[in-house]
Amino acid sequence: MELVIAAAIGVLSASGVWLILRPRTYQLVIGLALLSYAVNLFIFSMGRLRVNAPPVLDGSGPVDVTAYIDPVPQALVLTAIVISFATTALFLVVLIVSRGISGTDHVDGREG
Amino acid sequence: MVQPAHLVVAPILIPLVAGTLMLFFDERERRLKTALSFVSILALISTATALLLIVHRGGQAAGLVYLVGNWPAPIAINLVADRLAAVMLVLTALLALPAMIFSTQRWEKLGPHFHTLFQFLLVGLNGAFLTGDLFNLFVFFEVMLAASYGLVLHGGGALRIRGGLNYIVVNLVASLIFLIGIAMVFSAAGSLNMAEIALRAETMHGFAEPALHVGLAMLGLAFLIKAGMWPLGLWLVPAYSAAAGPVAAIFAILSKVGVYALLRLALLVPNDGIAFGALVIFIGGVATLVFASIGILASQSLKRAGGYFLLMSSGTLLAAFGMSQSTVTAGALFYMVSSTLAVGAFFLVVELIEREQDAASSVLAVTMEAYGDGEEESEEDGAEVGRIMPGAVAILGIGFCLLAMVLIGLPPLPGFIAKFAILTALLGPDAAVPAATNFMRGTLAVLLIASGLVSLVALSRAGIRVFWAPVEPFLPRITVTETAPILYLLGLLVALVLAAGPAMTLLLATADDLHHQVRYLDAVLGAERVPPFAGAHP
Repeated sequence: MELVIAAAIGVLSASGVWLILRPRTYQLVIGLALLSYAVNLFIFSMGRLRVNAPPVLDGSGPVDVTAYIDPVPQALVLTAIVISFATTALFLVVLIVSRGISGTDHVDGREG
Repeated sequence: MVQPAHLVVAPILIPLVAGTLMLFFDERERRLKTALSFVSILALISTATALLLIVHRGGQAAGLVYLVGNWPAPIAINLVADRLAAVMLVLTALLALPAMIFSTQRWEKLGPHFHTLFQFLLVGLNGAFLTGDLFNLFVFFEVMLAASYGLVLHGGGALRIRGGLNYIVVNLVASLIFLIGIAMVFSAAGSLNMAEIALRAETMHGFAEPALHVGLAMLGLAFLIKAGMWPLGLWLVPAYSAAAGPVAAIFAILSKVGVYALLRLALLVPNDGIAFGALVIFIGGVATLVFASIGILASQSLKRAGGYFLLMSSGTLLAAFGMSQSTVTAGALFYMVSSTLAVGAFFLVVELIEREQDAASSVLAVTMEAYGDGEEESEEDGAEVGRIMPGAVAILGIGFCLLAMVLIGLPPLPGFIAKFAILTALLGPDAAVPAATNFMRGTLAVLLIASGLVSLVALSRAGIRVFWAPVEPFLPRITVTETAPILYLLGLLVALVLAAGPAMTLLLATADDLHHQVRYLDAVLGAERVPPFAGAHP
């Protein structure tokens, strides 16, 4: 499981970095999205990987902390997802405006 | 009875409420929005000053702590107003006022929601200065950046969008790096509270320690991108020089947020009294200083030069903080205050000068076209509303001259006092000098003076070209609302000279607190919960 998560993060961020370095704005957006997925998975895995361990206390009986997984990274991931989602949406608007004004989807606003 | 700790949350709430209220009115209610904005910034100035006085004069440990939700100390997300945070709050509020007033003449009409975005920018800035929690720092950074994305594009135009596009991409990537850093620090230290991280770092061993250091290095990278360190700051000049004048003026404090966060975090996890990554910060600062000096010499337009002055101030600050010496830090903080105000005013002056010239007016023409009826409207407004100042050239010329003196570091203005304070701390007889740092001291001293000389050359050339030997007759049409902010900033700079003694005492105490991080830890981790109000439990 560790290997799968690590490989997923690696592949996602490698693809993301490659796409960000491309000159087209569409590739840029996809690259940023992939990178943010990689970062979200990374934050998630920083709470240690456990199977069948809930993050939220169920409130019945005495609490055995070892049966639960750290809830903080999961809360962080939620916030990070929302923020990167919002900023990407904002960025898309800017890209569309840039496309409309410059007539090209090159990141420099001109071909070549 | 209101506890003084409640005052800490006010600098975040005031602009948040003001900005939200503005969303209820559409663009026709421009006067109302301006008034709201004005009231909010005045309230910010008074709360920030009150906080500064309480923290500086009061017997509190290192600062006031506000525990959000009144949870006990290490668990609660906390807001901490220590001396540094209070100084930054005051600086932000003082700079926001002229930028906002300046915008009312022309810029606020060139696009929707200018004042709302401006208020949210202040929310993010104040929050980033106050928070004592790493993840909240990220959230407030994002609030600030989201608002700044809107503001940098305010007014539209091809040039602005091209500069803004790079700005947004670089900062989005920086945010992702920021998140990676937070995750690594959390996994190593098991906490996001900065004070608790610092406490646990002292006793850390095994695999956790390198993990923490890698995490902190990632965070540092994100902050340095924001501070504009060479080579991470190449996005800054195109974006800032394309932004509208008042926006660029308030952005003068934006890059200082990166420097602030770096200073706070690096000094919380010191190694033998030396800040974390001090050598890297020093080298980066020196490189930035050199790069900015060359950039200033090479700039054709004054607005680009303004961007490079901002980089120069970042570079000086980073290099000085890299020395990890309390008195040098104090001098650098004084430099930060004076250079932020000066660069802000410089952007405003340049806006007025370059408006008449080709490059800037062509940008404006595109903007007017994009907004259709904007052109006629602003023409009329210029004639009706704005009272044209007499003696415009004289006022602009004197303003330019005084600002040049601050930026170069000529006496008697605060730029000189700041550089003098740094140089005294570096080379003075009573400095506790470890011989190993002699080379660093020498390099920084020489560069400080050389950068002043470079600024002198560039600004004299620009001044002669604009005011003494213009190709066409130079008769700017400027109004009272545009001149007053510049005069106000110049007044602040003069006041800073007159009050240099108390200001320096304050900043020395600030730097001393920073270099004794135990005080911060005591204040934050020992924070008392606020008792519930009498009426709350009947």
